[in-house]
Amino acid sequence: MSTTTTTAPGALTPAVQPESDNYLKNSTGLLSWAMTLDHKRIGVMYLVAVLAAFFLGGMFALALRTELFFPADSTGQGLFLTPDLYNQMFSLHGAIMVFLFIIPSIPAALGNFILPVMLGAKDVAFPRLNLWSFYLWCVGAVFFLVVLMQGGLDTGWTFYTPYSSTKSLTAVVPALMGAFILGFSSIFTGINFLVTLHKMRPPGMTFFRLPLFLWGLYATAVIQVLATPVLGITLLMLVVERSFGIGIFDPALGGDPVLFQHFFWFYSHPAVYIMILPGMAIISEVISTFSRKHIFGYRFIACSSIAIALFGFFVWGHHMFTSGQSPLASTIFSALTFSVAVPSAIKVFNWLTTMYKGNIVLGAPMIYALGFLFLFAIGGLTGLFLGTMGTDIHLHDTYFVVAHFHYVMVGGTLWAFLAGLYYWWPKMFGKMYSERSAIVGSIVAFIGFNLTFFPQFFMGSQGMPRRYFTYVPEFQIYHQLSTIGAYTLLVGLLIVAYNLVQSLLKGERAPSNPWGSATLEWQCTSPPPYYNFKDSPEVGDPYDLDRVQWDPKTKGYVNRPDYVPSASH
Amino acid sequence: MSTTPHTAGVAAAPPHGAHAHGDHAHGGHGDHGDHGHHNPDVAHHFDTANQQFDAGKLGIWAFLVTEVLFFSGLFCAYSIWRNLNPEVFLYAHHYLDTTLGATNTVVLLFSSLTAAWAVRCAQLNQKKGLVLCLSLTLLCAFGFLGVKYVEYSHKLHDGIGWGTAYQPHNPKLFSELTASGHYLNGRYVSEIAAERNLGIDGVPYAELDNAGKFQIAEQLRPEFLPEPVKVRTFFGIYYGMTGLHGVHVVGGILVFLWLLVRALKGQFHAGYFGPVDYAALYWHLVDLVWIYLFPMLYLIH
Repeated sequence: MSTTTTTAPGALTPAVQPESDNYLKNSTGLLSWAMTLDHKRIGVMYLVAVLAAFFLGGMFALALRTELFFPADSTGQGLFLTPDLYNQMFSLHGAIMVFLFIIPSIPAALGNFILPVMLGAKDVAFPRLNLWSFYLWCVGAVFFLVVLMQGGLDTGWTFYTPYSSTKSLTAVVPALMGAFILGFSSIFTGINFLVTLHKMRPPGMTFFRLPLFLWGLYATAVIQVLATPVLGITLLMLVVERSFGIGIFDPALGGDPVLFQHFFWFYSHPAVYIMILPGMAIISEVISTFSRKHIFGYRFIACSSIAIALFGFFVWGHHMFTSGQSPLASTIFSALTFSVAVPSAIKVFNWLTTMYKGNIVLGAPMIYALGFLFLFAIGGLTGLFLGTMGTDIHLHDTYFVVAHFHYVMVGGTLWAFLAGLYYWWPKMFGKMYSERSAIVGSIVAFIGFNLTFFPQFFMGSQGMPRRYFTYVPEFQIYHQLSTIGAYTLLVGLLIVAYNLVQSLLKGERAPSNPWGSATLEWQCTSPPPYYNFKDSPEVGDPYDLDRVQWDPKTKGYVNRPDYVPSASH
Repeated sequence: MSTTPHTAGVAAAPPHGAHAHGDHAHGGHGDHGDHGHHNPDVAHHFDTANQQFDAGKLGIWAFLVTEVLFFSGLFCAYSIWRNLNPEVFLYAHHYLDTTLGATNTVVLLFSSLTAAWAVRCAQLNQKKGLVLCLSLTLLCAFGFLGVKYVEYSHKLHDGIGWGTAYQPHNPKLFSELTASGHYLNGRYVSEIAAERNLGIDGVPYAELDNAGKFQIAEQLRPEFLPEPVKVRTFFGIYYGMTGLHGVHVVGGILVFLWLLVRALKGQFHAGYFGPVDYAALYWHLVDLVWIYLFPMLYLIH
């Protein structure tokens, strides 16, 4: 296939593939997508699906913010929601965003597409299981639609007992089943990635030559495999508790409601790292590429992902400082919580050092990555207030917590997701997008996001509780700023959507390597051929950017013919 | 479990042997190009049969880890409950039939043996043996579920359900229990009788016939009622744990049925036996879980 003939040792030749060979066109028809075992098509289907879930969850969020523009009037009437409906909206917003969007967003959508190509493999280890996990996601989503039709869910996404087990009159069981099935989807993705990274590495791809995105996905897969089953059994116990009165979480029958919180957070705290680790991993790729510089502290970043994954299992009690657990346990959990800050900070300092004296290119992915650094720093540092027992007692269940985790989940994960989406978009669909409108969208979204959530820190620290339908007048200004911010964020994201759709329709054809990255996914054509690589690509240092040079003819980067791998890294 | 397709192939010269053992095709480079020459048992995205086998093996082990963690939630709940309400467990386990439980333990242990033997048969190209072993494993699995059905239906018939469904309504139940188990609310009748020198007409308890022992148990009964309030908790966890285990047995049956069909078609041989191996590993775990459940629920002292 290869048409280039000059190959120096270590240099890679981007194979020129005929148009029909790319994964989008090698077969047609609905069934060729629905039954596909190709990780790239499954990734694209995941992408469409999680974006639909994101849209739905976002609409719920806007409904909440609109309602909160004014407090309820003297008769307790809201703007357009009843208190019950409001409770259902925030529960569904949380459950849909967490289980249907954030958790699968980066690993299942981007990860599925990129992991094997970046690794230099033809597919994930278990393609059929991969398709299964996509359909399990769909079944889980259907359960949530059933919840919507059966009158919603008002327990919050956390399903705390005894409210969820004995009191709530909403469709708790379908929601639990939905989350249970989504958990299995996540487990199967995790097993698949774990085995792929262990067993499908091409010759020369040692663990310490893996790009950092793959290290992040590896750490994520470890958490998915080790934590999600515990959520599964917990949700199942709650289902039987609610359906048959089995008595696990019911004190009247000999059970313990706080046990549910322990089980739930044993999964859900590590799950927080399922959400953020892949995001951090994208940032490592983008920052190195767009600073035109080798990543700084490769091994530290790689190992810190694993450290975060492991520490994440020992800190769940910091969600329960006010639950009545023993002060000794709380103290230990608090201390362990601080330990997670260390590997997170290692990553941030290494990213900053990578940029230092780099040749920074402000492309759209980089704009998002910089946004990530800023927002994640705020989200991470406010987490320390909540990990400290004394301040947490004051801040527990206030808007401060809401603002904190939105800075991490949205400012962190969503921003990284968008960085990754813009970064790999040309590779995925073979089309370039308009840099200008991408950057405008990013800036509008950034302003909107900060306007939404920064005021929430203030009202939270002044005592505004989360999940309340109404509020006292002194919080009005913060709520109104927040609502205006939410609509600004919407405008920003609509610009992003417009930008990407425009790119699909009218975008210029993307070169193999538009950004000049040295990782393997840029060595095949854009979009990649069905088999990814005809021959196993040769593996080198994934961050040695000297191996490529700008080629004005293709408007992309090509391999330097005279490249000799340096021994410096 | 230690035999890889490679070594097994050398020993037994499988039908598709030549391609399955890819030394010749591999000079340190993944040879992605030769789809035409690929072993039909190796999926397109793997380079060699060994790579495929290893991937499957790691995959099944990772899956088993998730299974262990899945059950661990219930085991954790069990230990917390038992720690909170030890008297409940001591009292209630006498409702369980140790003989049936022990029978099922033997049945499952035997099926683990046949499952492991099935792997060996596949490795040695013994099609008949493979079919026989898979069938025996299936038979045991159905037998296990049959015994479980008998246990469940007896209990439910007497109103011994889970949680809120615990409403014992068989008046003879208590008498039967004491007659067979000689047991009252956490203590053996024999113990109490020995302590208090109880007997009938000077004959000590230990030397009485069953009717006599029963009479003494009935005398003591009012003193030792009521039963622990939260006794239903025990049955909640009993049905929860054995039920989930039962679901896994059903899952195993489906897998072994699928393997049996494939084995009858002659699809397994020394160069390709991964699925049999993985299913057997899963089955051993199901067996192992039961080995913990049996003493934890039936053999409490």
